[in-house]
Amino acid sequence: MNPAMNSAVNAGMVPVATPWFFYMLAGLAVLSGALVITRRNAVHSALALIVTLISVAGLYLMLYAPFVFAVQLFVYAGGIMLLFLFVIMLVNVERSSKERRFNRMWPVGFAAACSLMALFMFAFLKGKALFPDRRIPLPEASNTQQIAALLYGEAGGMGSYTFAFEIASLLLLAAILGAVIMTKKKL
Amino acid sequence: MVPITTVHYLVVAAILFVLGVIGVLTRRNAVIVLMSIELILNAVNLNLVAFSHMWGNLQGQVFSIFVTVDAACEAAVGLGILIAFFRNKETINMDEIDLLKW
Repeated sequence: MNPAMNSAVNAGMVPVATPWFFYMLAGLAVLSGALVITRRNAVHSALALIVTLISVAGLYLMLYAPFVFAVQLFVYAGGIMLLFLFVIMLVNVERSSKERRFNRMWPVGFAAACSLMALFMFAFLKGKALFPDRRIPLPEASNTQQIAALLYGEAGGMGSYTFAFEIASLLLLAAILGAVIMTKKKL
Repeated sequence: MVPITTVHYLVVAAILFVLGVIGVLTRRNAVIVLMSIELILNAVNLNLVAFSHMWGNLQGQVFSIFVTVDAACEAAVGLGILIAFFRNKETINMDEIDLLKW
């Protein structure tokens, strides 16, 4: 790191490009999120969802969360979307791509979702003081290490979330068994 | 230019959440409904990480990892149910999945 950059980091300066990157990533996420729910072909929806996931991963990086960024890329954009694409190819898209995209009650659902959005915006406008922008700098270099200390504990002791972590592994095991049993032809 | 605050991230997450809700409520293709649920879970994750940044501690990031675990489980089981259903009824339209309706 060169000295000029070092002093900028020490002074707590925000990088110059941050707002532009934020608006680019947020716009990309929202745009491809809209594509996910409007495309006729399920494969196109899946590809748009991958773009959304990667843009959200970029937002995590802007929030100083490199470990969550990596998890997002590997688990979501890698693993889960692979599963989705395989299932899209197993069930036939031919028939459903020729039918109506939306169900008959879609105006009701759309209106309900819009009123939910209005509620969110009202809460954010009224309660702006509830979300202070403290900008307490999280240490980026030791992020993974600190998450590991919370999940696994350090120096022999249990971490705050070690028990929850073990329960999560049980949940994954149950999900694997459930998926295998449900897709089996004959039990 | 206005600096990016926590509320900016919350607004993006709210938009993604509402898009997911619209997808769940209006689409007929069950695979796309599951994808919309992934969109909703991602919005929640973004909120958690934004709050983690706001308070300067890592609890939010740990929670977002747990939410990711949940999303993986939900995708596996949901798609398993979908394949089993498709094998029985040759359709994945949400309005034809009404076995438990009376």
